[in-house]
Amino acid sequence: MRILRFLLRKEFLQIIRNKSILPIIIVSPIMQLILLPFAANYEMKNISISIVDHDKSQDSRRLIEKILSGKYFLLQSNAESYTVALEDVEQDKADVILEIPAGFGRDLVRDNKVKTMIAANAINGQTAGLAVSYLNSIIMDFNSEIRMQWAVNPAVQPIPVIEISSLSWFNPLMNYKFFMVPGVMAILVTLVGFMLSTMNVVREKEIGTIEQLNVTPITKTQLILSKLVPFWILGQIVLTVGFIISFIVYHIIPAGNILLVYAFSSVYLVAILGLGLFVSTFAETQQQAMFIAYFCMTTFILLGGIFASIDNMPRWAQMITYINPISYFIDVLRMIILKGSGFADLSRHFLIMFIFAISLNMLAVWHYKKTS
Amino acid sequence: MEQTIIEVRNLTKQFGDFKAVNSISFDVRKGEIFGFLGANGAGKTTAMKMLIGISIPSAGEAKVAGFDVYKETEQIKKNIGYMSQKFSLYDDLTVRENITLFAGIYGLTDTEIAARTVELTNRLGIADEADKLVASLPLGWKQKLAFSIAVIHNPKIVFLDEPTGGVDPITRRQFWDMIYAAAAEGITVFVTTHYMDEAEYCNRVSIMVDGVIKALDSPARLMQQYNAKSMEEVFIILARGAKRSDN
Repeated sequence: MRILRFLLRKEFLQIIRNKSILPIIIVSPIMQLILLPFAANYEMKNISISIVDHDKSQDSRRLIEKILSGKYFLLQSNAESYTVALEDVEQDKADVILEIPAGFGRDLVRDNKVKTMIAANAINGQTAGLAVSYLNSIIMDFNSEIRMQWAVNPAVQPIPVIEISSLSWFNPLMNYKFFMVPGVMAILVTLVGFMLSTMNVVREKEIGTIEQLNVTPITKTQLILSKLVPFWILGQIVLTVGFIISFIVYHIIPAGNILLVYAFSSVYLVAILGLGLFVSTFAETQQQAMFIAYFCMTTFILLGGIFASIDNMPRWAQMITYINPISYFIDVLRMIILKGSGFADLSRHFLIMFIFAISLNMLAVWHYKKTS
Repeated sequence: MEQTIIEVRNLTKQFGDFKAVNSISFDVRKGEIFGFLGANGAGKTTAMKMLIGISIPSAGEAKVAGFDVYKETEQIKKNIGYMSQKFSLYDDLTVRENITLFAGIYGLTDTEIAARTVELTNRLGIADEADKLVASLPLGWKQKLAFSIAVIHNPKIVFLDEPTGGVDPITRRQFWDMIYAAAAEGITVFVTTHYMDEAEYCNRVSIMVDGVIKALDSPARLMQQYNAKSMEEVFIILARGAKRSDN
């Protein structure tokens, strides 16, 4: 215990004197939390649309009006033909084309059905998909309005309609930032814990001071604890900075118990630091360590469910996310912050994270060699 | 009969087909200054790493301070001091913080640490620099400080791996005064060096060539035996046939 006290004092002194630590743990969370959720936004607004209206009837104008009255679509042009509209797409002026056939109003009344065409620029598949589905739902809506209108007209037989109305729970305004912020917080905590601990150990290897420590009677456990504790604290600081920013900038107040978040991050940081120390036993230089850490981080982030939903991933990728610690942390943060989940809902996450923490640290202690 | 403190029998370290250290045997007596000489790549550092318990031998036996180099490395570490070829104090800690750290690791009490810090900084004449970062000290001072810290816990043996590399002759001289002082206190000194004039300061020296010990005796007797005027001549005679060059 006494030896550990001396080692910890040394680590803290070095951290305080390291001029790059403060910017890393304070400035980078502020920057990332402010910029990323705004930039990486999946909500679609201002989709440019070119409309080809061959009908020019009252009904078609009503549909167009309805489309443009929302905040989603901006009229690029009223083209005379599909070919003209396609030019807008080719020049990247329009994202989507809506073609309303001649006789739209007439057929709607006479045949009770009519076809329109939507064409989307699918170079960015995500934009295209969203634009088409937004447009679809507006047309569906239009459809049901017409039916309602006709239903009061006794001349037309009313057709029973099942209307689906949706309500977004836990994020009622479908604010994409609420989804992103917990994810970014998870990345930041992981980055600080994982990268700083790895680099710290490898730096001592490079300078040769680790050899000096290896010749002293300190045990592996003492050495690993001396590296674990300081970065565990730094990780919690980053998490706290994250909560403060998300409150100030996004007015996010966790729906659940914030202490439960810290309880989970306590276990999570032990796991991720164990991984960092394990990685550092493989790398001889900081350059190698950087590369391994970068590889791990990108994989964790891309398969962590922050940008792409895990439910949409293919089966094999979903399997990988089970062994990706960050995906549990992102999940827990979202569940507690947005949904207000309690311990009972998260017990599986806690259990898995405990297993990660124990096994990764055992690997690190086992693979760290005082001798060669 | 003098006491033996390091006992080495047929110690070998093999990396693949390459025998870095090839079956060396020697004894070091308690309280002596033992020079462990050899050209670059002769296997000195590899041999030393086995003795300080950070490298497990491929074959042979060795006991350091009575402890086995295979099974009792942690016991060995409690009884030795080590100063490596690379300067390995913490540059971003002050002189005082470095002293406290290593003294604390070796289990000195707080009062002992305070007393030793005062004594040590006074002896080195750096009392005024005690709260300066080690990075700001000149190399010669850093090395003297590293040596003082290596013996801060009064170990039975101190291992020095080319401790005077890169420092000026005056500092080297002062460094050797410190080694003598440590030996006078009963600490056995095991030192590797390139400088043959330094070899003459040792009680006994061994000369390693290509992983084997070619000669082992007091400098005076070696010079007599090889009919040489200096240790440098002895070394050249012995090392002439070396196959391994600079790494």
